[in-house]
Amino acid sequence: MKLIIAIIRSNRLDQVRESLIDAEIERITVSRASGHGRYANEEMYRGLVVVPGLTPKIRIEIAVNDEFVDITVDAILRAARTTNNGDKEGTLGDGKIFIMPLEECIRIRTGDRGGQAI
Amino acid sequence: MKKIYLLLFGMCAFALHTYASEQTPIDTGATAWMITSTALVLLMVPGLAMFYGGLVRSKNVLGTMMHSFVAMGIMSVLWVTVSYSMAFGKSILGGWFGWNPDYLFLNGIDESIMPAGVPELVFVMFQGKFAIITPALIAGAFAERVSFKGYILFITIWGLFIYNPLCHWVWASDGFLFNMGALGAIDFAGGTVVHISAGVSGLVAAIYLGKRRGYPHRQLRPNNLVMTLMGAGLLWVGWFGFNAGSSISSGLSTAQALTATQVAAAAGAISWIIIESFHHGKATALGFVSGVLAGLVAVTPAAGVVQVSGAIALGIIASSVCYFAIIVKNKLGYDDSLDAFGIHGVGGIVGALLLVFFIRDSWMVAAAEAHGGPWGVIQQLGVQAVAVGIAITYAVIGTLIIIFIVEKTVGLKSKTQDELDGLDHAYHGERGYGMLNPN
Repeated sequence: MKLIIAIIRSNRLDQVRESLIDAEIERITVSRASGHGRYANEEMYRGLVVVPGLTPKIRIEIAVNDEFVDITVDAILRAARTTNNGDKEGTLGDGKIFIMPLEECIRIRTGDRGGQAI
Repeated sequence: MKKIYLLLFGMCAFALHTYASEQTPIDTGATAWMITSTALVLLMVPGLAMFYGGLVRSKNVLGTMMHSFVAMGIMSVLWVTVSYSMAFGKSILGGWFGWNPDYLFLNGIDESIMPAGVPELVFVMFQGKFAIITPALIAGAFAERVSFKGYILFITIWGLFIYNPLCHWVWASDGFLFNMGALGAIDFAGGTVVHISAGVSGLVAAIYLGKRRGYPHRQLRPNNLVMTLMGAGLLWVGWFGFNAGSSISSGLSTAQALTATQVAAAAGAISWIIIESFHHGKATALGFVSGVLAGLVAVTPAAGVVQVSGAIALGIIASSVCYFAIIVKNKLGYDDSLDAFGIHGVGGIVGALLLVFFIRDSWMVAAAEAHGGPWGVIQQLGVQAVAVGIAITYAVIGTLIIIFIVEKTVGLKSKTQDELDGLDHAYHGERGYGMLNPN
């Protein structure tokens, strides 16, 4: 079992959700986050280089069984990458995906554990 | 000795000056109330901004509020340059609208006092607030999917060619609806001029522009109902200026309009929540304020002519009909985002038509005298129906033409990416709620 954490642009959430639902990944947790990568703001603020500001992002957490990791990651990448005119590469600030091993998953309602509880 | 002569001369000069510049004496009480009403109606515009702003998604809150705020800027300038002349000048072009060169830039009326004893400048400013709030109401119909530039062009043309003519027909002394029937079509404070025109135009625009992306399946929830409630409170209080101020005096009809306004709002509110409790099991805050608005809109044309029981009846009926209209909207599937037509359009029509059944006797007696013969409720209903029908037809056709022009020039509908990014980011480069950034 894996926990996929994706940090995406806040205006791409609708597209990423649609993409995930198309790929039949329908369990999701969404929260607001702020952060930045190597480059702080893509724009300079009023012509000055400033201390990195925290840009609003959306964090998506999806717990999946191992077979579904690739499907999920591809669905997110397709929708979260903002390409200019269909280039291969996206733009700075598109976000990151982290995949973490998930030790246990428990359904609160029934007490099921393991892969079937995902 | 010289000092006494100087003093006497000064007093004579002052007396002569005072005599020369005042044709009508200023009624300071009426003027004070009219200035207060002007401020109250202006306060309704930020109130409307808060009401609508709280109902959209947070990515669109500033954009939606800006629709109301920018109207304050644009319509004010238009009003004092050409629009007051078009609305209240002498009829030209067959009565389509008015014109009076003295009213351009308000140059010729700097010192004039109206027969009511109120300086004309105050009257101009008061009427200008109505011109501001009407296009802001339209914005509720196509919230979350309209471009800012397109909106500005739209309200400019709409204000000049839809609002000004309608205002002229209903309120100018030579307007044809003002003179229809015994004592004119009854529109005390703007049920037809403001609410029906805005509601119907909004409906046309909402259908023409199409639905928001994701409507109706995706949840497009209000981002701040607290702000909506506060806005509704400002609207309710401001409406006293809207209705009671439309008496253009500070006297009996003011008191009557004040009473009717309060009563209709309250009756509308509790009717809505009673209906909602039966229908959904819960009385919602949004339902309460929708009922307040429905009642206020319905009593707007009627404020000076109905008494308490009439106001209660109008509040109850308007709430019920508007509630039903929103159910119909959901069934028909068009996206009137903030129910501009559902409440303002429908409520205005209900008020303008049904007020005839609640007019106070003294008004009907005065109408019969003016008509020189019997004047009954059904005859007045006929006059009201003509006024409502003309307003609706003119607003529909005019709005279609204006949208066509705006779409072909700067574009009225948001581009898809702008709609997804949110109006705030796309058109203003700002965020409404800074709390997103934890710093």
